[in-house]
Amino acid sequence: MRFMLLFSRQGKLRLQKWYIAMSEREKKKLGRELMQIVLGRKPKMCSFLEWKDLKVVYKRYASLYFCCAIEDQDNELLTLELIHRYVELLDKYFGSVCELDIIFNFEKAYFILDEFIMGGEIQDTSKKNVLKAIEQADLMQEVRSVVERGFIYLPHMRRHSENIFANIISAGTAIFWRRRSKSKVRWATRALDDLKEFPPGPPLPSPRPAILCPVGRLLQPNLSPARPRVGRGNPT
Amino acid sequence: MPAPVRLRELIRTIRAARTQAEERDVIQKECALIRSSFREEDNTYRCRNVAKLIYMHMLGYPAHFGQLECLKLIASQRFTDKRIGYLGAMLLLDERQDVHLLMTNCLKNDLNHSTQFVQGLSLCTLGCMGSSDMCRDLAGEVEKLLKNSNSYIRKKAALAAVHVIRKVPELLEMFLPATKNLLNDKNHGVLHAAVVLVIEMCKHSPDTHTYFRKNEKVVPQLVKSLKNLIMSGYSPEHDVSGISDPFLQVQILRLLRMLGKSDDEASEQMNDILAQVATNTETSKNVGNAILYETVLTVMDIKSESGLRVLAVNILGRFLLNNDKNIRYVALTSLLKMVQTDHNAVQRHRSTIVDCLTDLDVSIKRRAMDLCFALVNGSNVRGMMKELLYFLDHCDPEFKADCASGIFLAAEKYAPNKRWHIDTIMRVLTTAGSYVRDDSVPLLIQLISNANSLHAYIVQKLHQAIRVDISQQPLVQVAVWCVGEYGDLLLSGEFEEETPVQVTEDEVLDVLEKILHSSLSALSTREYALTAIMKLSTRLQSSTNRIRKAVSIYGSSLDVELQQRAVEYSALFMRFDHMRPALLERMPLIQKTGTNGPMNATIHGDEKEEGGNLPVQEQLSQQAQVNNLLDLLDDSKPTVSLPEASKVHQARGELLDLLDGLNMPDLQSSGLSAGQPQLLPDGIAPPSFQNASNSKQGIPSITAFNQNGLKIEFSFERSKANPNMLFITLCASNSTEIDMSNFVLQAAVPKSFQLQLMSPSGSIIPAKNSGAITQLMRVLNSQKQPLRMRLKLMYNHKEVPFEVMTDVNEFPTQAWE
Repeated sequence: MRFMLLFSRQGKLRLQKWYIAMSEREKKKLGRELMQIVLGRKPKMCSFLEWKDLKVVYKRYASLYFCCAIEDQDNELLTLELIHRYVELLDKYFGSVCELDIIFNFEKAYFILDEFIMGGEIQDTSKKNVLKAIEQADLMQEVRSVVERGFIYLPHMRRHSENIFANIISAGTAIFWRRRSKSKVRWATRALDDLKEFPPGPPLPSPRPAILCPVGRLLQPNLSPARPRVGRGNPT
Repeated sequence: MPAPVRLRELIRTIRAARTQAEERDVIQKECALIRSSFREEDNTYRCRNVAKLIYMHMLGYPAHFGQLECLKLIASQRFTDKRIGYLGAMLLLDERQDVHLLMTNCLKNDLNHSTQFVQGLSLCTLGCMGSSDMCRDLAGEVEKLLKNSNSYIRKKAALAAVHVIRKVPELLEMFLPATKNLLNDKNHGVLHAAVVLVIEMCKHSPDTHTYFRKNEKVVPQLVKSLKNLIMSGYSPEHDVSGISDPFLQVQILRLLRMLGKSDDEASEQMNDILAQVATNTETSKNVGNAILYETVLTVMDIKSESGLRVLAVNILGRFLLNNDKNIRYVALTSLLKMVQTDHNAVQRHRSTIVDCLTDLDVSIKRRAMDLCFALVNGSNVRGMMKELLYFLDHCDPEFKADCASGIFLAAEKYAPNKRWHIDTIMRVLTTAGSYVRDDSVPLLIQLISNANSLHAYIVQKLHQAIRVDISQQPLVQVAVWCVGEYGDLLLSGEFEEETPVQVTEDEVLDVLEKILHSSLSALSTREYALTAIMKLSTRLQSSTNRIRKAVSIYGSSLDVELQQRAVEYSALFMRFDHMRPALLERMPLIQKTGTNGPMNATIHGDEKEEGGNLPVQEQLSQQAQVNNLLDLLDDSKPTVSLPEASKVHQARGELLDLLDGLNMPDLQSSGLSAGQPQLLPDGIAPPSFQNASNSKQGIPSITAFNQNGLKIEFSFERSKANPNMLFITLCASNSTEIDMSNFVLQAAVPKSFQLQLMSPSGSIIPAKNSGAITQLMRVLNSQKQPLRMRLKLMYNHKEVPFEVMTDVNEFPTQAWE
């Protein structure tokens, strides 16, 4: 993969990751042009386009476009899966992710991406492993903050810093360890708000139904497959 | 100094900005604060500030002043700092700036850090943005980490190694020993990274290719891994809608493809597993199709069994019928790739492919169109062309040009007969007339002129077409040309197959005049029309006066080319009326010169006609000389004139043919407006007269060349009719004891000029200045630029051939100003 861009329906860049060396100006130009082309495509069109010497695969999730420029020999269909996997990871991490999550926690989105893809190649094919790595790293970030500010001070931890997690978890002081739902995340982070370098995003406004609004869920919950059938009978 | 606002707070403020200016304002203020904070070497908030910069950078604001701060963060001991520092480094730095090299040492320390996440960050950064220098320095550490006991580190190290090899291929061998264990790894992440690593190695060196195939026996191992994947039961960790680890499967299939390429043994080993994957993969979801697609590519690339290949093409055939447009797209793309090798297998899906021409998606349409053209052959050409013509009729404008030229090519290659060929091209011209490329007009004219028996049919059809519609320029040009050439056939109405439409002379002329006067017509179309009308003067019995009138109107046209033609044609009616029928005879058959180089073809054609009776050999050699001369001028397309000695008094008909429609655009562009002078005395006086009037004009003569006894003098005269036209009379004299023979002079001028070289008065320069050769040149300098000229002189002196090249730059200013 050469690069990955996330941008909104309005053409605002939300995330960019370049795996090839390019000057800042070229990146900007390329990104802007590609955005225009992708946004100009109709929903009926296929997700692939060949543009300049690039093979581009894009997919729209609610208000966000995920766009990858891939190598010539890369599998386009699989790239769609890769995009989907990334969205799933974001969804798991943030708990029904929406565009606002990515805006306000862009660095987290980058961390997840870096844990999933490295140098343009998939790093781990297991969702669980990626999330585990991110959670542990997050925890380390938080615990370090805690430790450094003297809230928890366990002298032997200094020497065995890698055991910090184990100790804290067993001590039961870190309830925030398992993030399973958004509410828990909020709770945990609120508790730690003063301690952390990066407080969480703002309380989200109540979800609006419009598909274009940035709070729309990127991943729709699976609907039951059987949809109510519309009767075809003549009303008269 | 108060604590800076939090990152989220800043994002909120920026998002709250209503206008672009307001946003800029907020950012500028914040940047100022950040800068001062950086200046004070504030460690507590550096991390927060860099994070803010990353956000601003994403919005498109400059953030380069954070680059060094990123490095400081990386060097910090806090994990949070490192995390943001590395993120910033990956986003704000790139390998073009030397700053990134300062990172190398930190990276090296962190690669050996005790915490896996710090090592991970460092590996990830190296694998993302490491430059070749950095890769050289750190390759050793990466290699060590490949053997780490922690799978989290191993997979990252393997991908970092991939990056190292991409940057510095010669470091490849260093990683070779580690691959064996990596490929045996149980962890999917590590295995996936290992496969990627081996693919990268194979890409860079054919030796490793054989190494993996022969020494390491990688193929059976991969086959085993793939089999395990397929056979393994449900594992929620790696499952994607019922398929176990598609990412790994696809990667293994890709490596198998590289190893099996042109290797019988390896291909043999993987045949079974490929068949198994091809038949057992669930196709209801995209992910299954992704694997099938990769399998098909592998099957087609390796030396697989024929049964397997058929299976592969059938899978693609099934893809074509899939509801998902993405799958249809990849099917067409891969069919296009294999149409060269497995033509017949692809041919079987022709009707499905043709159906894709009606797809709503333009990308699919384009692919289908390309594929259709690839599938046309002698046996299906009629059917396919019908479909493609229908497509041309209905498709979006963006397709028309490509589709039209595709049809032209295919029709030329596979046309069952001439009539069909011409019908097809005419059909294209009528449906997509204004979209076809310019070179199709001469091609079609050539084709028509060669189809002797069909002239009457063609001219009638074309005449019908332009009576209805004169807006399609290429069609009109062809039609006008034909009407001009074969007007007599049009009137006689003798064509046996269809009931001929009776047209009167006036009707024919009406159409042509309409085209000539219409504002819709392009300039070159008008030129075609004028010539056609002129040609009709000998083909129509009773309309001579009307034609004469029509032509004379354009004697005062604003366009030089049209005017010149009209004046010349008018002169034909008056002074040279006795020659007119001979001059306006039909064009001789145009020789076929191939279609692949339109430029070559037409230029070549020009030369041929110009040469007339000249043997082809000589023509070619002259052309070669001209090309030599061309090389010498800095301009890409200078104008060059050949002496016209050889063709002065030939069959008179051919001389005027040069003016004819077919050549016109080329004549204009290359400036070779040959053929007029001898025939049409539009203000050119004979050289002697010019010499006499030379002194009157007062342009001083110059000596252009004086060497070895050969002296060439230029004298100048400006044309009274056209001040941009300069007549140069050159006078070559010989002061040696012996005559110079076979004297030939060639001249070239920059592109902005037009040069015409008349025939010299002889080819022998008598010795002892006892005589001279004179030759007249006409130079049209419409842009009034300083004149430069390059001369090439060839002569035999004392039986020795001489060839001299010289530049003439000292033209008197009066000659060009």
